This record gives sequence, structure tokens and C-alpha cells, in this order.
Amino acid sequence: MSNENSSGGDKPLKRIHLAAHFPGVNNTTVWSDPQAGSQIAFSSFAHLARTAERAKFDFLFLAEGLRLREQNGLIYDLDVVGRPDTFAVLAALAAVTDRLGLAGTINSTFNEPYEVARQFASLDHLSAGRSAWNVVTSWDAFTGENFRRGGFLREEDRYDRARQFLEASWQLFDSWRGDEVVADPVSGTFLGDPDAGRFAYRSSEFDIAGRFDVPRAPQGRPVIFQAGDSEQGREFAAASADAIFSRHGTLDAGKAFYTDVKGRLARYGREPGSLKILPAVTFVLGDTDADAREKAEVVRRQQVSGQTAIRLLEQVWNRDLSDHDPEGPLPAADPLIGEHTVAQGRASVRMNRDPLALAREWRALAEAKNLSIRDLVIEVSGRQSFVGTPARVAEEMNRFVQEDASDGFILAPHLTPGGLDEFADTVVPLLQERGVFRTEYEGSTLREHLDLPTARTTVPQEAI
Amino acid sequence: MSASPAVPQSPSPAAAPLHLAVALDGAGWHPAAWREPEARPKELFTARYWADLAAEAERGLLDLLTLEDGLSLQSDHPFEPDTRTDRIRGRLDAVLVAARIAPLTSHIGLVPTAITTHTEPFHLSKAVATLDFVSEGRAGLRVKVSGRNDEVRHFGRREPIALELEDLDSPASLAGLAELFGEAEDYVEVLRRLWDSWEDGAEIRDAATGRFIDREKLHYIDFEGPRFAVRGPSITPRPPQGQPLVASLAHRGEPFKLAGRSADLAFVTPRDPDDARAILAEVRAAQQAAGRGAETVHVFADLVVFLEERPGAAAERLARLNETAGAEYASDARIFAGTPAELADLLVEFAEAGLTGFRLRPGALPYDLERITRGLVPELQRRGLFRTAYEASTLRGLLGLPRPANRYATASATEPATEPATAAVGA
Repeated sequence: MSNENSSGGDKPLKRIHLAAHFPGVNNTTVWSDPQAGSQIAFSSFAHLARTAERAKFDFLFLAEGLRLREQNGLIYDLDVVGRPDTFAVLAALAAVTDRLGLAGTINSTFNEPYEVARQFASLDHLSAGRSAWNVVTSWDAFTGENFRRGGFLREEDRYDRARQFLEASWQLFDSWRGDEVVADPVSGTFLGDPDAGRFAYRSSEFDIAGRFDVPRAPQGRPVIFQAGDSEQGREFAAASADAIFSRHGTLDAGKAFYTDVKGRLARYGREPGSLKILPAVTFVLGDTDADAREKAEVVRRQQVSGQTAIRLLEQVWNRDLSDHDPEGPLPAADPLIGEHTVAQGRASVRMNRDPLALAREWRALAEAKNLSIRDLVIEVSGRQSFVGTPARVAEEMNRFVQEDASDGFILAPHLTPGGLDEFADTVVPLLQERGVFRTEYEGSTLREHLDLPTARTTVPQEAI
Repeated sequence: MSASPAVPQSPSPAAAPLHLAVALDGAGWHPAAWREPEARPKELFTARYWADLAAEAERGLLDLLTLEDGLSLQSDHPFEPDTRTDRIRGRLDAVLVAARIAPLTSHIGLVPTAITTHTEPFHLSKAVATLDFVSEGRAGLRVKVSGRNDEVRHFGRREPIALELEDLDSPASLAGLAELFGEAEDYVEVLRRLWDSWEDGAEIRDAATGRFIDREKLHYIDFEGPRFAVRGPSITPRPPQGQPLVASLAHRGEPFKLAGRSADLAFVTPRDPDDARAILAEVRAAQQAAGRGAETVHVFADLVVFLEERPGAAAERLARLNETAGAEYASDARIFAGTPAELADLLVEFAEAGLTGFRLRPGALPYDLERITRGLVPELQRRGLFRTAYEASTLRGLLGLPRPANRYATASATEPATEPATAAVGA
């Protein structure tokens, strides 16, 4: 017990929170590896969940997709495609785990509060208090083509709807106090309150009222995650979320984000500990640091094939580049600017706000380092966050947390479903030895695992 | 009746084996059932309660269980909320309950209820496909419309529904029913198209060409209807059964049409065998009119059952429950109170009308479920009318239904040899 506190001083050690991200539908998943299994069979989800629970992780996280991505007008066929329904998988996983939190993304644009609230309240009952909701927003008409209301939302309105969706959901969750179900056979009283579940919520997006039909769940309401990184997204999280699923995987970017977001909490009357910041990270382990770096290079080249590199470049250039050699130089022509986009359904496309500047930057980088298209894409796209021996990775992760770059991590393995096994067996024991990660679950609910305050019961808003 | 004393080695050709389903809801279908000594009313919102019921149903080798659902608190009034406090109120989402018990069971079909009036077919399609993956081929779905205006207000996005309980044959009610059931029919069509939108074997993982999927085997469904349009394809691959089972409960004209046109399994509520014949004629006519005459559409009669071994005891228990409830129990389905042997006689009589099975609604849970699995089932087995072991691993298999051909699969496609590639083009 002499080497654990890398931050020095008398600051108490922070406990690390860890979660497992089921490998999603993107090029971080290496499907071509002989060890890669099904991304749809329940046995895959059960394996990852059991590994995460064996390692005493806080939760397992599932992403969501509501329309298959397209590029150049065709369904994107290079990455893992096809995933199950979030709620149904999480409910089934509740049967094969006892303590692991069960977190899933559910879109606030293509759903309605009454239905989502009863699904989360049901999941929380069925898992005895282990549910979490990653609230995301969407606005594109492309995804809307699969739903009744279509692409009705203006981009600038999406957080308004998300905020109102959450407010409405809280009305529903809190419409039961928790003591109404008496179920006394002698007196014949089942409900102690004839008005249990009564709610009313009216806003610019919703005008709903009536009675909610799921009694108060063990956690009151699910743990709320938020994933956006925009100014609006950060403010939304500071006001409403229990945890942020961030993208900032480096120490400096992580610290800046952490300071910024935690600094916003006070204006909502919240303590810094009431919002956990959990970046999504990747890792590669090896017997030596050099061995791990070598493996990481191999993984990167598996993740970015020549064709994948061309397709990723097309998303910035906004034009068909299929006649280009991935081992050759970047296109001479500039990106196309305009309404037309070659890629549909991909969040990253929307972030390329200034493709001309990006193309200039990439050309300069390729020239300076003599990079082919594929080399360049590997260079500029995400790399593994933690690479090294288990000891190195444990030390680095602990440093991130003790230096306030995060409160923990959501680990996205590159292999389905066994990609977490080695981490669970080698890194977790080292974190436990340092006293920064639990050796047993202390609580039974996800809110307890995350050291979050008990969900407040709001006084139901009067009908306006 | 034959006087032969011979042990029946096999059932006579007229006596095809029966299918049995159990309808689970709350503490059973009698409103006072939750006050019975064996009831577990404080556990209605726990997974263990539902898992125990499912395990009991599976021990009895039942074909499937259904789970009731709605988008409002239960009410004694069919179309409006009430404020009673002496009856079970509150319910968990049926699809999630089914998914929660799927890994804990291995053979029984799981058929949750879902409301077509206020939900998205895209979401339901992937949820039930996922239930089929999680249960390895045992998923179904019972579609149900909502005629309640309190549910309209829970969603706040459509006009009030015009149904008059006092006169469901009024022009306004008939138009309202046609609207709701027409929407449900579109909904089922979208479910089926989405389940077919991935051909079997669309996932190729072809390292040589770098392609994970063969996009030629993924299909837009391009459904356009008055209430919704869905482009597709699904986000979830084609489930193990190809198409999970679609069921509906029907009491009258429009619902009979939905059953005949869209369902694989209809639950109906005949008063007697003659009524069953008349209902079957309506369902079969709708089936013929929809061009599905060659397909198997199962029709099960719903019965609420109170069972005791001692003759007369079940009627006594029902009377006691009625007294506790303060009113005589009434149901849309016929109410049976008697011994398992008497129920077996009744089922045989109904089956002769052409019904292929029964959905039994236990009056009290878990009590009457146990009388079904431990009393009725052995009685039917003795008569050669019910399975003695599960003979298939999928729900379609248990019901003798084929795995549907994929409507989008091309004749040249090299499919796994489960079905002939003679898919009908979607309507």
C-alpha cells in the first residue's frame, strides 16, 4: 500500500467506476478476427455481461441504432451491421446477472414519454434497481423515415424536446411515491391511494395527462446518462444527468472537460459528485509495453482496411472516391460543399462542419509524414486510449481518475464477446490492489454502485 | 363413444392433439384472486413471480403463455379509468417481462401483448425479433388495439377515439373500430415486412472483399399507410423463426377480420360449440378473402378456469371469490368451474367444432395454473390428447407452423435449405 497515490498530497483516493460497452456497429469492432463472435446472439451479450459482473463493473452499456447507415445511397456494408432492441436485451440480461447495472440508449426524438417511462420503470423492477437510460437526441429526417412522425424536429429543437421528454418522464416516475401498493388481503385494500400515478405535463412538445401504470421502481427513476458534447449538451447534462458518456480520452482534454462540466453543476444546486464523467475508451494489453504497442498497430490496421479508409475519407470529401487507391495519395480535388451528403445516419458526418479546412489540414499532415490515404486515416481517427502491460494500463487509468480527467471509464473492447476477459483477469486485480476499485459490490442498485444521491421525488406539477 | 376397453395407443384420427396456452395477468383473472391464501400480490412487480409462473407452465408442457398489457391502469370499466382501490392496479411492460423470463425457460412460447394504437411498429418489430433471439425461437406477439381515450391523453398526439360502449354497432363505433383495426392490420404488415427485410444469411463476414453484410440481401420495405410510413430495413437481423408468431384476440366482426387476414393464431370467446362453429366460419372466411386459405391459422378458444379435484369444489371456490369481490364475476370468455376431467370433456367437445387449442385464463394464480399443469394436463395425456414431451424447440415448431419463406428472397439466392424459395411477393 505504498504506491497507490500518484497524485500526492493528502487528497483521498477516488474510487474508479468501470463499465463495459458492448462492441457497437462501427469500425472499432474487429469482425474479421477468428475470435470474433456473433453481435446478435444472446450468448454474446450474456458473456460480456457475466465477465463485467465477475470483474465487479458498475454497468454494461448498449448503444442503439434506428436506421441502417448509408453511403453513396447504399447501405454501408463494411462494419458490423445489425443489433437488437435495447430494452429486450437489457431485460434478458437481468436474468443472467445479479448486480451489474444495465444501461441503454433510448432516443428522445422517436419515442413518447409514457411508453419509455413504463419501459424503464419495468426494467428497473425486473432488474431490482439496476437500470440506466442514456438519453440521446436525433433530428434527421433520414432516421425519421422509420417512424410515425417522420423527420419533424428542427436540429435546434432537439434538446428542447429531450429536456421536455425527461421532465415528462420524471413526472411519470414520480407520480408514485412508493408506498401505494398495500396489497392487504384482509382489508381488501390493494392501492392505498386512489389517485396513485396521476400526472399532467404540458410543454411545447407534449400535452399529456392521466395515470401512470407502473408503481414506483426500486431506483425511483433510472440513472440518467447523457452523451452529447455541444454547449447545449453540456448544459443539459449539468441540469439533468447522473453521468456523462464523454469522448475525451486524453488526459488534458479530459481534465478540461471535467472542470468545465463539473463547474456548471452549482448553478443547478448540485454537488460535483452527483454527476459522474465517464469517457468511452479502448485498450490493448500485452506482455510488455512494446508487445502491446505492436498488437495495437495490428488492431488499427484490422479496424481500418483500405476500403474502410476510402469510405471514411468520402465522408469528409462528400464525394465518391472509390476509384482512389487507399495506399496512394489523398485526392487532389477539394471536398464538395452543399446540402447533398454521401453518408447518412452517421453522427460524425455532422461534426465535419468545415470540410475544406479539414482537407487542408490532412493534406499537410500526409505530406509532412509521407502518409497514404489508409495511413492518414489510421493517424487521424481514434486510437486505443490505453496500451501497455496490465500494470501500465492500471497505473494510467488510475492517474486519469486521481487527476480529475474522469471518474472512471466505459471500456469498448474491439472483440465480441470475449474482448473484456483479459482486462477482467489482469487489470482489475491491480486496481483492486491499489484500493481504487471495489472487490465486492457494496450495494445492490446501480445508483449505489455509482455513489449517486437517491433520486429526488418531485412534487407533481399542477396541470397548467 | 366407443366401449372398447383397449388402452388408446394413439389418438383416433378425429382426436388430434390439442394445443394449450395459458393467459397470465396479475394474480389471475378473478378480481378477488389476489386475496387468496396462495396469491403473491406483493410480488407482482418482481421478476421472480413471473419466472415462477413461467416455470410452472413449462413443467406442464404448455405451448405458450401470454402476458396481458395496456397503456393505462387497469379499470373495471372497459373504456374509461376508475379509482377502485380493492383490485390490482399497476402492470409491468409485457415485452420486457417476456424478455426477462426468456433465459430462464427453454421450450415454452412467450407471447406478450403490445398495443398497436400508440406505439411504433419499427420499435415493436425489433423488440419481438430480439425476444426471438433471446429465447432462441420462442417469441410471439399478441397485437391489441386501444379504444380508450385516457390512453389517447397519455400520448397526446391523436384525436379522441369514437367508440360508444352502449352501441358498438352504431355508425360512429363501427367507423372507429374499422380505423383502429385497419391500423392494426397495417402494423402487422409492417412487422412482417421488417422481419423479412433481412434475408437469412445477409451477414456474410467476407474477409476477402471486406464486406460484413451482403447489402443485396437487405431490403427497404417502403410501407405507406394513412397512419404511418416505414422505410426499413430493420436494424435487427431476421429472427430465428423468420417471423415470430402473431396472435390477436377477437370477439366480433372487425377483430375477426384482423385475425383471419393477419394473425397466425386467433383467441376467440365462444359460449358453446355451435358458437365456436359460427366464429370459426367468420375467421376462415376472412382468411380465404385475404388469400391465406392454404395457411394454417390456429383458432384457440379462451376459457376462464377454476379447477378442483373434488366435484363441486371449484364452484364453491368461485362463489367464495365472488362473495369476497362483492359481485358475481363476469367475463368476455366462458367461465368454467369444475374438475380437470370435466374440463377435459369440455375441451374435447369444443375441439370437435374445429378449434385447434385453448387459451386458459386461470381464475387465480398460481393456484389454477397448478391445477392446469398437474391436473388437466395429465388427464389430457391419459386420453392421448396432449404431448408428453416438448417435440420442437421453437414456438412455430410446437404449433406445427412452417418457418415462413422470406418475401424478399430472390429465387437465385442460396438460402439455408429451411424453406423452398417460393416467397410470395408482399401485398
